[in-house]
Parts: sequence; C-alpha cells; structure tokens
Amino acid sequence: MPSSSFAALRSQIEADLRGRVASPFAYRDRNAFELVSTGIAGVDALIGGLPRGAMTEICGVACSGRTSLLLSALASRTADGEVCALVDARDSFDPLTGNAAGIALGKLLWVRCQDIEQALRATDLLIQAGGFGMVAVDLSDVPTRTVRQVPLNAWFRFRRAVEDTPTILLLLEQEPHAKTCASLVVRLEAGEARWTGAAVRCYPFAKLLRGFSVGGDVVRSRIQMPEQRVVNIRGAQLKMGVPLSANRRVFETETIGGK
Amino acid sequence: MGFGCVYIANFLVQAVIRGQRALGDGALALLGGAPPLWSVVGANPAAFEAGIQLGMTKAQVAQFGNVQICMRSETQEKAAHAALLDAAWSVSPRVEETAADTVVLDLEGLTGLFGADENIARELARRVAAIGLAARVAVAAKIEVAIHAARGFPGITMIPAGEERQRLGALPVGVLTTEAETLDILERWGVETLQGLAALPVLQLSERLGQEGVRLSELARGVRQRSLVLAQASSHFAEEMELDDAVEELEPLSFLLGRLLDQLCARLEARALAVRAVRIRFELQPSFEKDFQTLQKDLRTKPGVKQYEKVLTLPVPMRNAKTLLKLLRLQLQGDPPAAPIQKIYMTAEAAPSRVAQNGLFVPCGPDPEKLEVTIARLGKLVGEGNVGCAELADAYRPESFRVARFVVAGEQSKRRGKSGPNAKEHSDTRVAVTGLRVTRPAQALRVEVRDEQPVRVYLRGMRGEVVAASGPWRGSGDWWQEDAWNQEEWDLEIEFSPPSTAGPQHRCAPSRQNVNSIDSPRSASASERMETKPEHSDRRHGLYRIYYDALCQGWFLRGVYD
Repeated sequence: MPSSSFAALRSQIEADLRGRVASPFAYRDRNAFELVSTGIAGVDALIGGLPRGAMTEICGVACSGRTSLLLSALASRTADGEVCALVDARDSFDPLTGNAAGIALGKLLWVRCQDIEQALRATDLLIQAGGFGMVAVDLSDVPTRTVRQVPLNAWFRFRRAVEDTPTILLLLEQEPHAKTCASLVVRLEAGEARWTGAAVRCYPFAKLLRGFSVGGDVVRSRIQMPEQRVVNIRGAQLKMGVPLSANRRVFETETIGGK
Repeated sequence: MGFGCVYIANFLVQAVIRGQRALGDGALALLGGAPPLWSVVGANPAAFEAGIQLGMTKAQVAQFGNVQICMRSETQEKAAHAALLDAAWSVSPRVEETAADTVVLDLEGLTGLFGADENIARELARRVAAIGLAARVAVAAKIEVAIHAARGFPGITMIPAGEERQRLGALPVGVLTTEAETLDILERWGVETLQGLAALPVLQLSERLGQEGVRLSELARGVRQRSLVLAQASSHFAEEMELDDAVEELEPLSFLLGRLLDQLCARLEARALAVRAVRIRFELQPSFEKDFQTLQKDLRTKPGVKQYEKVLTLPVPMRNAKTLLKLLRLQLQGDPPAAPIQKIYMTAEAAPSRVAQNGLFVPCGPDPEKLEVTIARLGKLVGEGNVGCAELADAYRPESFRVARFVVAGEQSKRRGKSGPNAKEHSDTRVAVTGLRVTRPAQALRVEVRDEQPVRVYLRGMRGEVVAASGPWRGSGDWWQEDAWNQEEWDLEIEFSPPSTAGPQHRCAPSRQNVNSIDSPRSASASERMETKPEHSDRRHGLYRIYYDALCQGWFLRGVYD
C-alpha cells in the first residue's frame, strides 16, 4: 500500500475518533509518572517519590512506620497547597500527631469510617470527585483476611479512576492486595526503638521515647526511575537501572510534640 | 431613545403557568374572587377561543370539558413580579416598578454594553423569557409612550422620537390607565382610538373631563413627560408553591424543588448573585393519628399547621440548580418530613458570585460544587459528624479536637508553602514524625505493676513483657466539671509472647490492675476482633501508649506508634 494511502487512512481514523481519543497513534508510556516527594529523603531515595495518577501500596505489620510515612506524605502535599483526603477505615488518625507532623489540617478531608465497606465506597466517591492531590486509604488496622476478600475489580476500578489525573492513591495495609493494579508496592519493617538514657539512676523509667528506625524494600515498581534507561532488545523494552537493595534502613522517626 | 418598557400580557395567567409548567399550552381559565362566588379573572388565548369569557362563574366554566380550571395565586404573582424586576435589573440599574405586569427601564448609557436599542430590546425579551414569562417590549424617548406601546403592540416595538402620535394613534383607548367611568364617557362619545382622542380639542376636553382630560389628551398625542420613579433592589429571593394534592414521596417532590430552584437560580443569575444558603419550609398535611395523639396529650392546645424546615448552608456561593437539588435531596433523604407536603416555601440567601480564578501558581483543587455533593454523600455514608477537617482545641485534654466542616482550599490560604504552621519547617527538615495510631474508643488493658511501674501487659489474651517504659506523664483537668479527667500516660516497648490464660504471676498493686473489657458501637465487630488475634500474634514487638485513668481506676490503650 502506498504511503499516501496510509496517510489518508490514518487521517480518516483520527477524524473518526476525534473527541473520543485524543491521539490514537501516539505512543503512551504508562510507566512514566510524575513523582512527588514523600517528605522523607530516605524514602524518596528508595522509591523515587510517590507517583501521580497511580496506586501505591505501603504495607507492613503494626509499628513498622506506615503511619509515619503517611503523615510525612500528607504534610508534604498539603504544604504544597494541595487538597488531600484521608479515608480512615478504623478511625485511628490522631489529629494532634498530624498537626505535629506538619499536616495542614484545614486541607485534609478526614473520612472516619467504621468498616472496610464504608472505606471503599468513600474512596470511590473521593476519586470520582477529583481534584485531590492525594487520596490516602488507611486499611492498616483492618485484618488481612478481610482486605483479601475485596474483589480485584475494585482495585482495578480505583486504578483506572486515578489514571490521567494528578491524584496519588496511597493504600496502607498489612499485606499488598491490589496485585498488578498497584504501580508501586513498598514494604516497611520496624527497626530498633530509640530511648534516651535514664536521667535518674534510681528511677529507670525517667526517659523518653525518641523514635524508631524503619527499614524498607520495594516489592514491585512499574515506575521508570530517572536514573533508569530503557533499552530495546528485539522489541522488548527492558529497564536498566540501579538495583534496589533489600531491607535497608530507610528513615528514622522522631517523637515530637509529646513528652 | 431613552426608555424601555416590559409588559407581561395576561400576567395573572402567565404567573400561574410559570409556577406550574405542567399546565402546558392547553386552554386554561383562572378563577378568582371570594368563595363560593368564584369567577373567571383571566384566561389564555386557547381558552378564549374555546368560548371562555371573563366574569363567568365556576359552574359555567366547568361545562367546558377541554378547559383546565386553576385558582388565581397571589404568591405566584408576587414571585413572577419579583422575577420580572430581577430581569430588568440585570439590564439596567435604573428601573421603575410601574405595575405588577409592567416595568420601565432607563436605557441611557447601555449602548456600550448591548449595542443599538433594538439589541437592548431583544436582550430584555430574552432575559424575561429565561425567567418563564413572555414579554412585550417597547422602546421610546418618553416613558408613557413606551408603556402604551408595550401594552398595545405585541413583540418588540421601536418608536422613534417625533413619531409617537402617529404610531400610537392606532391603539384603542383601553390601553390608557384611567378610571372606567372616563373610558365609558369616551366610548359614548364614539372615541375608540388614541388618534381620535388626540384629535379632540384640549380646551373642550378640559371643560368636560377636567385635568384628567388634559392628561389623556397628552398621553394620546405622546407628548406627556415625567421622570422615572426608581425602585429599590431587594435582596430577598423567595419562591412559593401551593399544591393541590399533597406530595409524600421524595421523587415527585424533587421535581417541584427542582423547578423552584431553577426559578431562584435564574433570578439570582439575572442579578449576578449566587446562593449562600437555601431555606425550605414545608407545610405538612395534618395526619389523623398524630392529631389524635396530640389531642390526647393536651386537649386544650389547638394544633396549628405543622411545618418542616431545613436549611442548606453552603461553604461557597453557588448557582447551579442541579447541584443544589442534589444537596437538598441528600438532606431530605437523611431526615424526611413526617407527613405529606401541602405547600413549599423556598428562600435563598444571596451572596456575590464566587471568583473562579485562584492564582496561576496555586494547585488545582476539587471543584467546590462537586466537593460539596461528595461531602454530603460521604456524610450520608459514614455519618455527618465523621466527615470534615479536624480542628484542634486549645486544651490539654487528650483527644480534644472536633471535626469541622471542610471548606475548599480556595477559600483558605492561596499561597504555596503557607498551609500549616509546621508545614514548611518539616518539609525542609525532612524529619519523619513518629506516627501514633489511636485506638477509639480506648481499649481496656490488664497491667501488672511493680514498684509503681508497669512490667507486664495483657491485651486481647496476649501477654506482653515491658522491655522499656517511659512515664508516668501525669495530666488532669476540668476538675470543676462533670467530665473531669486525670490520667497517667506511659510509653511502653512491649515484647508479646503467645496467648496465656493464666493470671498474673507477680504481685500487683491492687489499685492498678484492671480486668475489665469495654467495647462500644464504634469498636470492631465480634468477627473482626476474632480475626485480629492472629495479627497481634505477629506483633511480637511494639511501641504502645497506655494510660491509667485515676477516675475510672483502670488501664487503657491509647494507641500504637507506627
């Protein structure tokens, strides 16, 4: 077929799809996300940042630093003037700690749910409303068995809903459940707690909790890191980049605003 | 030319049709007067064609099978007149309220906005049509000429200066505003048109009719001049609807509310205003059972008309009738009226329209109207008090905050990096604050205390050894109130071991040992609590904040550091 016929056919298809598909022949790299800071340098170095228009899962057991990371991410987004939403599946968010972490509470829509069903429906409504810089869904205290029963199409729907939007969808869980719907999965593990020494020898409990260290690892990532380059080998695209180290210490928390 | 006049022909009928668009284009006769002597006070052209005449009794009209009968509604006439004024004010700030069906506008200086006078007249007709009324518009150099032309000619009429007498000549003398006796006299004289009246000598007319004759002669010749009596713009926007049959279900009620909201929003749009709050008041149909109960309770008190009121307060002014209807529906679904509705009264609190442009470097936030609907839906899902933004109270009491109404960011600080008191500081220093997950409500614990220090904790059947502890951090307050508090907080690092049914092995301080278990409706369901046990069996090591409540004499879990 001559090239002029190709061009005519192409222009005809583009004309037919006008208004429905923006550019049907343009290659769209679905792994190219805009990354924004989590507010913690160590985590940013590990994952590159939180991807906009994608789902990110932060998983780990209790006391593994998930909430600390969530607070930092929310503080970072609200500090940039973005409006964020927190879907709190078990009503465990502490506004006092959030304020101490730097979250502009006036820019955080807090939805206090009582069960996972409410949380999922609330998430759906918030994503459909649009305009949020981050929608964080805290399922940390929901038992794994319950979260596992969420059908995969719910995660798929969330992923499709945030696609091509500037919204970061952040899930906090004990185990990753969204499978391939999540563009980034990070597992956190708690390290040692840090205490100050007892000021008075006869009273050993006169000390302070300074914080604890957190280790982390990237379980799965579809994000194209800046230092990665793409090579084309026999039509298959492979990402050549810096290998991620496993279970390295990512950050340390600081207890502030408390005792 | 200087003045424009808007006249609503057959105003009584148009006012009723504006309020009840379901009446359509069929023949319609309007009854008025004191019952039972109802007579026809207005009818549309289709009814006149069918044979209806003004002054017919209700029984006579009822013989026409294809003619709908409606009662005259003064409330709808008032609303239509207010809407007519709003439409006029949307074009010119200088408006005269000549009559219920007539307004006059000063068109001086409007050419720069709308163009030629014809364009102004067309724009007037369009804006009046938008509020549900069909208008006749006339433009002339003199006020009275414009009024008579609007009353006499259909559509849009332009009368150039100097042609007034010629153009008005064809109109009947009935367009003049005068007493019926004077019109009868003119009729007896055989004067039917303004041309005939204008031809009469003024002196002789004055001898027979007095000053009224002179005035009528000037009106007929189009030479009478007067100044405009300006009307004061009102900020009260109200619409009312009386229903023939009471409405009980929400779906048909939504149609009626939607119509009222459409009318209100059209009026507000005409004045470049938006809605800050909508108040609805329903007059409810008295139900027999409830009346009977009321009578039983207090026979001496006469029950009045039952009313139901609802106020929809908006965080930002908006003018989208569909959005307002959604919000009203969500409110009514949550708290429906207890009886069928007979009458709807709706008022809007007006406010200047919202400025859409926030700033070039301000991140886009949620659309305020969409967000308000979303928050209302979330409120319906999780409860009104569980959606919003947290506001910290200036108090030392733990958990002292309230969930306030969430206002979109555009109304708050618009500068980047100035969102929170600590935001900038922490985004720069990159310190990860230790997160605390609060247990709501606080969960009861069993704690073994040795030498006034916790050494072992029993939580949900798990036994944990305290590895490190910090405390007690004592706090108390509000001792002068009923809800006084007195607590000692501890930060504990606990190593949990497998579940044990055995009691505490160590000698414990009796006052510091608590074996109660407290659950509330907001706590987890029984099945979820059963599932939570394996989760905690994995939690071998953790950081917890617990407290001893000196008033309840018990230990409680405040939260988990995470």
